[in-house]
Amino acid sequence: MSSSIETLVNREYAYGFVTEVDADTLPPGLSEAVIRLISAKKDEPEWLLEWRLKAYRRWLTMKEPHWPNVTYGPIDYQSQSYYSAPRSVTPLQSLDDVDPELLKTYEKLGIPLNEQKFLSGVAVDAIFDSVSVGTTMKEELKAHGIIFCSLGEAVREHPELVQKYLGSVVPHSDNFFAALNAAVFSDGSFVYVPKGVRCPMELSTYFRINSEGTGQFERTLIVADEGSYVSYLEGCTAPKRSTNQLHAAVVELIALKDATIKYSTVQNWYAGDKQGLGGVYNFVTKRGKCLGANSKISWTQVETGSAITWKYPSVILQGDNSTGEFYSVAVVNNHQQADTGTKMIHIGRNTKSNIVSKGISAGHGQNSYRGQVKVMPKATGARNYTQCDSMLVGNQCGAHTFPYIEVGNNSAQVEHEASTSKIGEDQIFYLKQRGLSAEQAVSMIVSGFCKEVFKELPMEFALEAQQLLGITLEGSVG
Amino acid sequence: MIESYLRGFERISASGGATAPDWARSLRLSAITRFETLGFPTTKNEDWHFTSVAPIAEREFELLAPPTHGVTAAQLAPLAFGATDWHTLVFVNGRYDAKLSSAAALPDGVTLVPLKQAYETLPLLVEQYLGKVATFEGQTFTALNTAFLDDGAVVHIEKEIEVARPIHLLFVSDTSAGAGTAQPHNLIVLDRFAKATVIESYAGLDGAGAYFTNVVTEAVVGDGATLTHLKLQRESEQAYHVGTLDVRQARDSHLVSFSFATGAALSRTNIYTELRGDGCGATLNGLYLGDGEQHIDHQTRIEHVEPNCYSRELYKGILDGSAHGVFNGKVYVHPAAQKTDGKQTNNTLLLSEKAQIDTKPQLEIFADDVKCTHGATVGRLDETALFYLKSRGIAARTARQLLTYAFAADVLESIELAEVREGLEAATLRRYIEQS
Repeated sequence: MSSSIETLVNREYAYGFVTEVDADTLPPGLSEAVIRLISAKKDEPEWLLEWRLKAYRRWLTMKEPHWPNVTYGPIDYQSQSYYSAPRSVTPLQSLDDVDPELLKTYEKLGIPLNEQKFLSGVAVDAIFDSVSVGTTMKEELKAHGIIFCSLGEAVREHPELVQKYLGSVVPHSDNFFAALNAAVFSDGSFVYVPKGVRCPMELSTYFRINSEGTGQFERTLIVADEGSYVSYLEGCTAPKRSTNQLHAAVVELIALKDATIKYSTVQNWYAGDKQGLGGVYNFVTKRGKCLGANSKISWTQVETGSAITWKYPSVILQGDNSTGEFYSVAVVNNHQQADTGTKMIHIGRNTKSNIVSKGISAGHGQNSYRGQVKVMPKATGARNYTQCDSMLVGNQCGAHTFPYIEVGNNSAQVEHEASTSKIGEDQIFYLKQRGLSAEQAVSMIVSGFCKEVFKELPMEFALEAQQLLGITLEGSVG
Repeated sequence: MIESYLRGFERISASGGATAPDWARSLRLSAITRFETLGFPTTKNEDWHFTSVAPIAEREFELLAPPTHGVTAAQLAPLAFGATDWHTLVFVNGRYDAKLSSAAALPDGVTLVPLKQAYETLPLLVEQYLGKVATFEGQTFTALNTAFLDDGAVVHIEKEIEVARPIHLLFVSDTSAGAGTAQPHNLIVLDRFAKATVIESYAGLDGAGAYFTNVVTEAVVGDGATLTHLKLQRESEQAYHVGTLDVRQARDSHLVSFSFATGAALSRTNIYTELRGDGCGATLNGLYLGDGEQHIDHQTRIEHVEPNCYSRELYKGILDGSAHGVFNGKVYVHPAAQKTDGKQTNNTLLLSEKAQIDTKPQLEIFADDVKCTHGATVGRLDETALFYLKSRGIAARTARQLLTYAFAADVLESIELAEVREGLEAATLRRYIEQS
């Protein structure tokens, strides 16, 4: 194996450390009182509290879904804490006020929040457990009229925008985990790009779970007004814990006429140890709505972490000529399980969607692609192309494909292609006879397999993703 | 209505049903219990997500008796495309009709008898396999069928025998079928290196109404044996049809299956095969043609249990009017099934604006050294192909018809048996190409 890959492969989960910060954590348990308390702590207006309570009451009537192709023990929703905040950030005025301990944490993670040291031109909103600890580059964004702040701050500063769009794509009653999120969501990022503005830099949120026994329930809302463009990145890590932590986030994207939103995720929550102990349950609802004509929403995800991943970034193609895209690499190793894919709902005329999904299963990992392409009767001229490929490394893992194709309009053109294979012996043989070692050949084939997705990622993330792929496949390649 | 079946079951039990051996009667009893527990599936059941069986579940069907007035051989001839030398068992309203059947000139080592006779002549074979391949644990309609296990065909081909002419199991319903139900149950056993073609036909004769056929066929394909199975579903327009073919394949055996579905208001065809030996092959092809308000559902499941097997699947559909097609193809590769080679394709052509298709090709793979692909396409006729034909001087309408026919002919070509291939080609041609 080439030396650089080798070091990657032998590297452990690098983000498993715990930061010692004084945290304000609610006692475990969930009730209306807890929701009122969260809302009060965040000084929220009445309508938001009502919305939370409505979601909570709805959640009580719902059952945890078990249709995904994953297995896990029962989750005790009363045994975890629904709010944890580093005590030092309460009066969040500027980054200078941020606890140096927290800044160090983010530096360790490779996310410099300190603007002087900041070179790469990415604005970052850092979310530590339940709250946002700092947002960089705010001033420059403000000059363009772009709002980029924590959702809590947006509720205070721009209530009209939040009230208009919150829950408009993922309603409070959407599904079990979305309802739970709507009831207890702590913080998240809010982005508003005004008419005709092209966001001059990548916006990024970095999520970090730190406290033990807490879940993370953040909520992200991105609104791209007419003719605007924004590219948003999201990264996640968590410390190594032997217990499972629940992460039930909601992301809502709204693209108005002629707007484009590009949303990229590199998900690297702690995946549990080699025996499958611990790790994050990543049960996330992500959905975008192409509300206006000619709008476009593009999801790119690299899923390497989490013990269990259960997410389907989707696009509702409501505006005529709108486009939805989904590019995904999902890697499972050891005892990881992933049930991920997308939904493309074609409603408007001449809507297009493109799905490229690459799954790699190693160790005892189980990887499922589950996707829905639905063409409504009025969606004339709809076009979809889906490609989903799986690669198997080792003989204990599994790869599964569950595409649902529902076409109600005969002018639609829908194509789905899927393949599952292991790395071909003939491919390795070919590379070997060109002078590469078997290990080099394998790593070259794997990176070639994922290339179509990686090329969709912004530069900084593409490199990180490539490295993560190496780490996740630790010990199984070659 | 579950209750009407339960009442029907009690009536039959009370009146003896004495022709069946004890094991069959206890099988029926456990099946009716299972049916009662399961109830009819709702669309919340993943296997029935796109097909509501409410029209069947909400109706009361009487168990059919043999017809009161005779069905004639002339009425049946077109259903066999005019072929006269097939070995045929005829069932009218689900009941064996000896007069219409012609299974006399069978080669040695081949048995083709109705179930009741098989209880006498092949008791060990029937007891060994019946109800063992098509298990009803999670299958409502198989449980329902097994509960009313009484009539059907048993085919047994002894080792190394090749049956040259096809065996035809012809199930027809006539005007007296009304709102009744037939629950035939067939068993096909091929011993090692045997080879046979079995055609299962389901058809409604003129005037047959909204009857309900629920059939289960179990097939056991021995080492190195080859079973060619053709299912032709041409039920009456108002009828309901649920058909399950459950196959178990042994080492180096082959299954070549073709399902043609064009009849019934609501139909569901299940084709399941388990590749339980090294080096098996399964080819599952099909064509569904829908129009009006028809609902045509196919579900296939290929289980690769052992290594070095291949499976090939091509299902095509043409939907017109407000027809609703459903295709769900599952390929399941067990951990031991290394070197599996699977390919699955589903193409549907939507001719009208209201036609609708839900397709769900599915791969579940637990072994690593495999090559599996699937593909699905949905669309209307290719504009460039139409343009090409028009540029060659062919009228737009004719061009459309030609391309529609060609779409179907592509899969019909795979049928080896000439009479059936040509018969279906001619029928498809008549359906899609206007004769001048």
